[in-house]
Amino acid sequence: MRLRRIPVISHAILLALTVSMLYPVAWMVASSFKESSSVFVDAASLIPNQWNFDNYINGWKGVAGVTFTTFFKNTFLVVGISTIGSVLSSAVIAFGFSRIRFRGRNLWFVCMMLTMLLPYEIVMVPQYILFNQFGWINTYLPLIIPTFFGTPFFVFLMMQFIRSIPYDLDEAAEIDGCNKFTTFVRIILPLILPAMMTCVIFSFYWRWDDFLAPLLYLNKVSLYTVSLAIKMFSDPDNVTDWGALFAMSTLSLIPVCAAFFAFQRYIVEGIHTSGLKG
Amino acid sequence: MATRKAGGYRNLTGYAFISPFLIGFFGLTVIPVAMTLYLSFTDYNMLRPPEWIGLEHYERMFTKDEKFWHSLRVTFFYTFTAVPLRLIVALAIAMLVAKIVRGAGFYRTVLYLPSIIGGSVAVAVMWRQLFGLEGAINTILKWLGLSGVSWLGDPKYAIWTLILLYGWQFGSSMLIFLAGLKNIPNDYYEAASVDGAGSVTMFFRITLPLLTPVILFNVVIQLINGFLAFTPAYVIFGDGRPLGATLMYVLYLFQNAFTFFDMGYASGMAWVLLVIVGLLTALIFKSSEYWVHYESKGDR
Repeated sequence: MRLRRIPVISHAILLALTVSMLYPVAWMVASSFKESSSVFVDAASLIPNQWNFDNYINGWKGVAGVTFTTFFKNTFLVVGISTIGSVLSSAVIAFGFSRIRFRGRNLWFVCMMLTMLLPYEIVMVPQYILFNQFGWINTYLPLIIPTFFGTPFFVFLMMQFIRSIPYDLDEAAEIDGCNKFTTFVRIILPLILPAMMTCVIFSFYWRWDDFLAPLLYLNKVSLYTVSLAIKMFSDPDNVTDWGALFAMSTLSLIPVCAAFFAFQRYIVEGIHTSGLKG
Repeated sequence: MATRKAGGYRNLTGYAFISPFLIGFFGLTVIPVAMTLYLSFTDYNMLRPPEWIGLEHYERMFTKDEKFWHSLRVTFFYTFTAVPLRLIVALAIAMLVAKIVRGAGFYRTVLYLPSIIGGSVAVAVMWRQLFGLEGAINTILKWLGLSGVSWLGDPKYAIWTLILLYGWQFGSSMLIFLAGLKNIPNDYYEAASVDGAGSVTMFFRITLPLLTPVILFNVVIQLINGFLAFTPAYVIFGDGRPLGATLMYVLYLFQNAFTFFDMGYASGMAWVLLVIVGLLTALIFKSSEYWVHYESKGDR
């Protein structure tokens, strides 16, 4: 008897919680359709008096003469290349760690796991000095190149996945004349595609949200990523057009949300197999 | 002889496969970490070559720089308020979601959404407007008959907007707790209920002890994350306004490096940060002997 009543109460609590959790997002989306002058008149309301798309048109014009077309293009470019870089290089590294028994393997594996715990802030200053000396300021290289050296979290996730693939497959491939490299490309890579997909999703939304690195390395407005553009757009001295700001903020969240709803299965799986943060 | 050759070949391929990691490890981690240590003993502003000044930065940090201590206090308060809040909410909600059958997937997805978007600039911008003087939160407070508060302008409340933003993203911790809850065999609860245990007893005697490994994991990850918080504070409050109430440690480090170009001092702060995070992690792991329950121990 007691057990039967619990779901009703649980549902009620969860529903109330869900509504209040989503309220801020709904409020932002609603505000993006309100006339700029009325955003703060009936501040808490979720339904605009009249639907107004001007904010999107005005917002898209961007800042300092650069439109959001440029900002979105820049972001997709950086996110795309760095995602490919980090997922592919991590797959190569994961194969090395899980399928080849070489000297010092455990030592390097421990080193990799330790770098996962190392805060970026520790290497932020010297990396900036180095990239500055390479002449990489105001290029995308500081955002892209580091991803090609693998991401420990992805390596770990794919290693877990590779371990579940029977080693017999590798042996059969070797008897048929494959070396380690062709075994990797022809046998393992196609089999770990689901794990790679999980990594692609994670990488996509980490990179998309990334703010600190673009803030450090990009000073020219025409190179800005969306997150940087919105930050500049929102600076109090810059803009009082709140409606346009909300419109662009809403747009900037759409790719991440779309990817999340389309591929959430992979994300939940990733958390379950690795037990790691999201 | 032949086996030795094979071993050499195997080593070579192994290192070839992990070479991307090795290059990154030395180029982007080991050398920079060493550089940070060296720079922390120098005066360096990127214009002139570094000048060796020994422990002067650390001396200034510990004895003269009031802002350094202030940012530490702010960060400790933030971390040790926001992390427990987030984890307690996450656990409570995870237990609710674990109990229901229909619609669990829906709640899992929707409640996880804030974790996906929470770190973005767009959400920080939204948060600032939400908590503005005439923003939605104050309007709702007025409806409820409470008086609004200057969330962004009053040093007493400013840090709480950041704590709430962090708590709002409890979804990722909730998912990890859910995975942990699923691993607890139902037999335990059945056996306990046969013995006459109520739900409170079951929670403290079964659920909580069996979840401790997951709690440990969550605490470590979240404490590190909390200590490194930067983007929300920077986007919402800029330079630590009001009156330095939101001057997080990393924000102050960032200011030293990229506003004042005091690279040496910032490097020293980075090393202090590393030591603090390392000590915290070590302390938690050390204490885990006393409160984390590993089931397999009994079987050995």
